Amino acid sequence: MTPSHTPTSTTVTNPSADSAEVTLRGAAGAMAPRADHGRRPGTAVTGPSPEAGSGRALARQLVTSVPEAVRKLDPRHVWRSPVVFVVWVGSLVTTVVAVADPSWFAWAVTLWLWATVLFANVAEAVAEGRGKAQAATLRAARTTTTARRRCADGSFETVAAADLAVGDVVVVRAGEVVPGDGDVVEGMATVDESAITGESAPVIRESGGDRCAVTGGTTVLSDGITVRITSKPGETFIDRMIALVEGAARQRTPNEVALTILLTTLTIIFVLAVMAIQPLAVYSGREQSVVVLVALLVCLIPTTIGALLSAIGIAGMDRLVQHNVLAMSGRAVEAAGDVSTLLLDKTGTITFGNRRATELVPLDGPVDGGHDRSELTRAAYLSSLADETPEGRSIVELAGEGLADNACDDLATLRRRGAAFVEFTAQTRMSGVDLDDGTAVRKGAADAVCRWVTDAGGVVQPGALEAVESIATAGGTPLVVASRRGDETPAVLGVVHLKDVVKPGMSERFAQLRAMGIRTVMITGDNPLTARSIAAEAGVDDYLAEATPEDKIALIRKEQEGGRLVAMTGDGTNDAPALAQADVGVAMNTGTSAAKEAANMVDLDSDPTKLIDVVSIGKQLLITRGALTTFSIANDIAKYFAIIPAMFVVLFPGLDALNVMRLSTPQSAMLSAVIFNALIIVALIPLSLRGVRYRPSGSTALLRRNLLVYGLGGVVAPFVGIKLIDLVVSHLPL
Amino acid sequence: MSDTVSGLLTIGVLVAALAASHLPLGAWLARVFTDEHHWRVERLVYRLCRVDPSSEQRWTTYAVAVLGVSVVGIALLSGLVVAQGALPLARGAAMGWDTALNTAVSFVTNTNWQSYAGESGASPLVQTVGLTVQNFVSPAVGLAVAVALVRGLARSGGATVGNFWVDLVRGCVRVLLPLALVGAVVLLLGGVVQNLGAPTTVTTVSGGSQVIQGGLVASQEAIKLLGTNGGGYFNANSAHPFENPNAVTNLVQVFLMLVIPFSLPRTYGLLVGDRRQGWAVLGFMATLWGLMVAAVTWAEVSASVGPLGAMEGKEVRFGVWSSALFGASTTGTSTGAVNSLHESYSALGGGGVLFSMLLGEVSPGGVGSGLYGALLLALLTVFVSGLMVGRTPELLGKQVGRREITLTALALLVMPALVLVFTGVGMVAPIVSSQMLATGPHGLTEVMYAYVSAANNNGSAFAGFSADTPYTNLTLALCMLLGRFVPIVLVLALAGALVAQRRRPATSGSLPTHTPTFAGLFVGVAVVVTGLTFFPALALGPLAEALS
Repeated sequence: MTPSHTPTSTTVTNPSADSAEVTLRGAAGAMAPRADHGRRPGTAVTGPSPEAGSGRALARQLVTSVPEAVRKLDPRHVWRSPVVFVVWVGSLVTTVVAVADPSWFAWAVTLWLWATVLFANVAEAVAEGRGKAQAATLRAARTTTTARRRCADGSFETVAAADLAVGDVVVVRAGEVVPGDGDVVEGMATVDESAITGESAPVIRESGGDRCAVTGGTTVLSDGITVRITSKPGETFIDRMIALVEGAARQRTPNEVALTILLTTLTIIFVLAVMAIQPLAVYSGREQSVVVLVALLVCLIPTTIGALLSAIGIAGMDRLVQHNVLAMSGRAVEAAGDVSTLLLDKTGTITFGNRRATELVPLDGPVDGGHDRSELTRAAYLSSLADETPEGRSIVELAGEGLADNACDDLATLRRRGAAFVEFTAQTRMSGVDLDDGTAVRKGAADAVCRWVTDAGGVVQPGALEAVESIATAGGTPLVVASRRGDETPAVLGVVHLKDVVKPGMSERFAQLRAMGIRTVMITGDNPLTARSIAAEAGVDDYLAEATPEDKIALIRKEQEGGRLVAMTGDGTNDAPALAQADVGVAMNTGTSAAKEAANMVDLDSDPTKLIDVVSIGKQLLITRGALTTFSIANDIAKYFAIIPAMFVVLFPGLDALNVMRLSTPQSAMLSAVIFNALIIVALIPLSLRGVRYRPSGSTALLRRNLLVYGLGGVVAPFVGIKLIDLVVSHLPL
Repeated sequence: MSDTVSGLLTIGVLVAALAASHLPLGAWLARVFTDEHHWRVERLVYRLCRVDPSSEQRWTTYAVAVLGVSVVGIALLSGLVVAQGALPLARGAAMGWDTALNTAVSFVTNTNWQSYAGESGASPLVQTVGLTVQNFVSPAVGLAVAVALVRGLARSGGATVGNFWVDLVRGCVRVLLPLALVGAVVLLLGGVVQNLGAPTTVTTVSGGSQVIQGGLVASQEAIKLLGTNGGGYFNANSAHPFENPNAVTNLVQVFLMLVIPFSLPRTYGLLVGDRRQGWAVLGFMATLWGLMVAAVTWAEVSASVGPLGAMEGKEVRFGVWSSALFGASTTGTSTGAVNSLHESYSALGGGGVLFSMLLGEVSPGGVGSGLYGALLLALLTVFVSGLMVGRTPELLGKQVGRREITLTALALLVMPALVLVFTGVGMVAPIVSSQMLATGPHGLTEVMYAYVSAANNNGSAFAGFSADTPYTNLTLALCMLLGRFVPIVLVLALAGALVAQRRRPATSGSLPTHTPTFAGLFVGVAVVVTGLTFFPALALGPLAEALS
């Protein structure tokens, strides 16, 4: 747990303490954008935040959700889940029977049936409640906005943000809130986007280029910008975000619909099976009461998964939000689980994005009066001191380690002594320093530095060119270092090996992905040589070198034609077509609005490695549904063994052999099954919100494990549970 | 030799014969349905019927063709049966209109439920040109539908599922006719009669006179079993000494029932280009068949106490073991031929053969229908277990999405719905209950058995129930029709949905459908789904009877 997960302050004023806690969790998640990056490879997606694990917090959430759950008893709402609707109708029927012909048994069954419906609603309400408070903060950002719109004649008028239309041009000055999504057309400003990303450090937005997008609800901190509005009021990014976290815009995802169809079919079969019992019972000589039949029906239909299905879906989206990823559709989340090819940009995702000096290669043997490693080190150090590029700094860092402290003169000292630093230019392609003692040091592209040496009458040793060649072949960038002492002829001292450094832990992550059946393809603008070497080092399965946006789309199409689902990240406008083509396109929040529009997810942290988490979350969502469906159906076996003997033991005493749980009385047996059926929903709410534990592994291992836990567990658990409940029920003084 | 040893030996010989034959026959079937060339006789048929054998059909056209053939078949056959008195070889056989309709539906749907007594209800003409034709056509239709579904899985991003006329003709010409010919000769050699002579009247030892019918028995017998039809020439079906004279012919008959259904998984594996898939389906079918044979045999053998043992309703020349083997196989293959009276089985044995049908005729099921039934269950299994590995469920790279699961679920819903509704109504409708022979749980089993047999297109009877009344004839005909054609249309729609999909490549993240884990789960799903659906009814029928 990272410190940032600990709620320390709240900006939300919410009447309900529990909602506030939910908000904090959401906000804390949002404010810890980098919290997950430190996660070690191999760490499973074990579910969201620490709070979810805290029983007391959850218990409070459950209790506070009850009013909402009661409101959801409205048949128009219940109808959306066919399984729960059948329970609802059954409860109504038993209520009528209990009123007409009261008995403690009828009333007890009736109460527990209503409790079953209520628990289903509680599950949904808790899941929804988690997003609501977060939506409230976002809504606050949205509603207080007015805009200064530029009129056709160039004057400005103040209008409500809600009245803006696409194409309107507005001016936003320091301290003002951006009234809607748009692109900066003039100026540059620092913008506080914490309302959306949770990241408090301001970002720069300027006209033109890939950093021109601004989001409504964010605040301009300095300067002023002119923005062309690109989205209609009510359809802005922040609106979509609100709808998303609230679950209001939630549409059932394809797989959820398919599962609902299966559950409905099972329900129909059980309705028929239970309806067929009555004539069979009449024929056999013992008509069954309606209460008993309804109790049996409710126990048989898959109420557990039926009740938790929508909560699982909402919680899955919520988990993404906690990872600071906004999915524009649930479909994309499911598709993420199916992804079989992952396109990852090399820069920033696989590597740190800057070439770093990793090695200083001195030339063999002392030449012209003994150049050795220390001389090379010092020369490399001196020539890079004034170089503020990441490459330059990495050389200083590397060389600094090899020098004694007294040799590490700093920039200011050297300047004071009269050293003249030579800047890198595109023409010279080298940089360096001319020291006060007449020593000149140069570092740069091989041909440029070699020319500098030969022009002054020096000789470039063959060893230097060999070193350059071997570094280039390995995919690195060679920088040649040469120096001239006083009036001597200059000589090459050695070569600096610059290379792209792969982030630690990446190859483990790729191995994990491979186990999950996902192929990774590295996309880079580098030449094939460099690309191959990085690809080998990082352990990706394939690479696309010298990639243009067209190449990317072509690659995605090719993969898709082979039946694979492709996921990718992108931020630039030229990524937009590829993002749209990919099955799962994750746009960086720092990216252009075109990219965000084309993608079906936006990563608020702009962290490309997040894609891997997104895939895990997608899988976890599906696994949770499958596991609870299996559990739910497996439960029926025990329920039959509880109820069927209870119904007919009077008629056929031999059927008592089926009463393997030795339940005390027929009525207690039936009631215990009904109670178990209701309580198991509550017991599984935490699991459905958290998601089933998912460790990236092969499918067979996953299937075995889940079958064992949820299949076998689903068979055994109710035998134990019903027996225990029966022990309690049978001791009640009834 | 003790009963146990001979029984085990019989099963051993049967299993060995099936093991030896399913690979070549499966490969032959795969070739039949992929061959580019048409045989000369087939081309003649296509020309006569004005069919273009090279054209491919979408699932809708395919389904219309299936239904068309069947409707025409029912119309022709019922006409023939009604008119049989006015046609040659009448010999006084006759049926009422409702029985005629029931019979026509029954033979066209591959059920072969017989509401009439074979020798007295249908003339030799009806038996040969009416019933026997359907004995060939109905399994060929089943084969065609199964192959269309397999094509749906095998083809990637297509629109068509084959040509029904070609599949039908090839199924008859290249598979059923040659095999039936061989089967008939073998049965003939074993002592099954085959003649067109007039009935023989003999004087019995007690001095009475008895008319003994002959007929074209061996030829009809072979296709009766090979095509998992089951409609006997004689009322006593395979218990009749002219149909099934001895233990050897009995073994041959069981083999004929099982051979095509058990070969189709191989065909499936070859057609989808992954033999392991076929092994998994074969494992599924064989496990269920083995379980049912074991259960029924155990129930019958352990019921063999008292002077008669469990021999009531069984032929002495077969004994308990061969009767139980025949019973479990005939109910597991949708054949419905019987060599003993299922009514007389012990409570659990009767429940066993009933359960064998309730599995949905997939152990190993009828010709073609067994394979598509098993694949429907495979899709269901894939759907639940596929979710558990974190992917949208897929079978052979074809996603089981909303459309696919809807069609699968509906197809699997038909049989339970028919059984539960009609059994439920039957138990309280006086019109039905008056026809029961037994009372109490056994009577319940009788009625349930009839509707289970019809809805599953099995055709075997729990003999005590007299079903030849207009109400039962018509409701059973309805069950047979809906139980056959609603799943067929849904299966073809499924083939259409699947064929349009591109096949996704298998990765280590996708659920393998050839592993023992999957096959085990597959069996589990079939047993649990059946058990959960029918447990209450079984508890009041066979279980109540057994436990009392």
